[in-house]
Amino acid sequence: MKPAPFSYALPRTLDEALELLHEYGSEARILAGGQSLAAMLNMRLATPKVLIDIAELPELQTISRRCNHVEIGAGVTQAELMAWPELADTQPLLTMILPHVGHYQTRQRGTICGSLAHSDPSSELPLALALLQGEVVLRSKRATRTVAASDFQTALMTTDVGDDEMVVACRFPVADGNRQFGFREITQRHGDFAIVAIAAHSTENGVRLAAGGVADVPAAIDWPRLSDRDLSDALNDFAWQLGGNDDVHATARYRRDLVRRIGRTIALEVIDAPA
Amino acid sequence: MRLLDADSRHTIRFQLNGKAVEGVAAPRMLATDFLREALGATGTHAGCEHGVCGACTIRLDGKAVRACLLYAVQLEGRNVQTVEGLAGHDEELSAMQTAFRKHHALQCGFCTPGILMSLSQLLEEEPGADEARIRDCLSGHICRCTGYHGIVAAALEVFEAHRRSGGESGRERTDV
Repeated sequence: MKPAPFSYALPRTLDEALELLHEYGSEARILAGGQSLAAMLNMRLATPKVLIDIAELPELQTISRRCNHVEIGAGVTQAELMAWPELADTQPLLTMILPHVGHYQTRQRGTICGSLAHSDPSSELPLALALLQGEVVLRSKRATRTVAASDFQTALMTTDVGDDEMVVACRFPVADGNRQFGFREITQRHGDFAIVAIAAHSTENGVRLAAGGVADVPAAIDWPRLSDRDLSDALNDFAWQLGGNDDVHATARYRRDLVRRIGRTIALEVIDAPA
Repeated sequence: MRLLDADSRHTIRFQLNGKAVEGVAAPRMLATDFLREALGATGTHAGCEHGVCGACTIRLDGKAVRACLLYAVQLEGRNVQTVEGLAGHDEELSAMQTAFRKHHALQCGFCTPGILMSLSQLLEEEPGADEARIRDCLSGHICRCTGYHGIVAAALEVFEAHRRSGGESGRERTDV
């Protein structure tokens, strides 16, 4: 449980960090809070030559509300976003999910963008990004580009981030005041990785629902207002479409059943809630 | 920019429980191993070494964090508090430590240092925390022998006393 040797770089500016990334490419890894990466290093699932520590870079510490989205810098911790006074008004889903992201102790170093970059299929922040159709801002020495949530996670724990790119911010849309939001997850212990996590919000004519923990990446789907029976059929189709795998925590069959049952509860909750 | 070579050992200077300390470590050395082996501060325990069990929890600039997910080189210039810093200079136990003893909140004691560090931050920042909030904070720790009832009872007693005294928590040291 000790990491393989690596060199440690502490750039003072974002430009210095991007220069290092340009130089080392795939041999470097960006270190922010380290709450997923350090565990992977300790287990030698990752063996980079250089760690580039960006946790304290002043350019990456801001949470800013623009007209239709909130932008969260790559140095912002999960605890800092939870404590942001405007969060509940800006995006209620984030207020709902953040207490489930890791534990009190890991949220104080773990970052929002780091969780997205790590892209564990059962973690809550990628699920929220998929449901809300947020964006991730990537930067390299060459250019800056913005990637939509649906294009960001390309496969199991794999993202669209290039070897010389880093996540500098993510964006979540500001919630429409008429939308209702719902979230629930099943875990072995509060704060553990979800066996299945479901998030949903009402839409103009129905519901948008997303599931994590089943497929390799979180998946979202839109439905019009459905009859009771059609909702059950739609959830069943969605569960089979997600598939899922057996592992030490749960079988694929149990996961699909959770999608049907929790999915139904949350869908009805957001559709029926008074605006 | 600091660039610390993988194969060399580097001098790291920081504040440990209010005192300036220094030691040498290669970049890959975990903060837990550095505290224990380079500095002899063995109160911080190394358990799972991947952030799950909570035994290694320390306070870094006041925040309760996993020392096994930190590297020694990241402590440079920081303010670190470990379980050794909770008791007073006269070695009198803190209010929380006293309550742990009273309520049999520890048996083998392996998880205890980490739990004390988490609760010390919670007490400082959220003295109004209720049982649910205390249990939520404790969910980041695993105790395999005592069970959690004694730990929760001890914490509740200290939070209650802290509230009654209007924020003065007796021997609890909060400034390092």
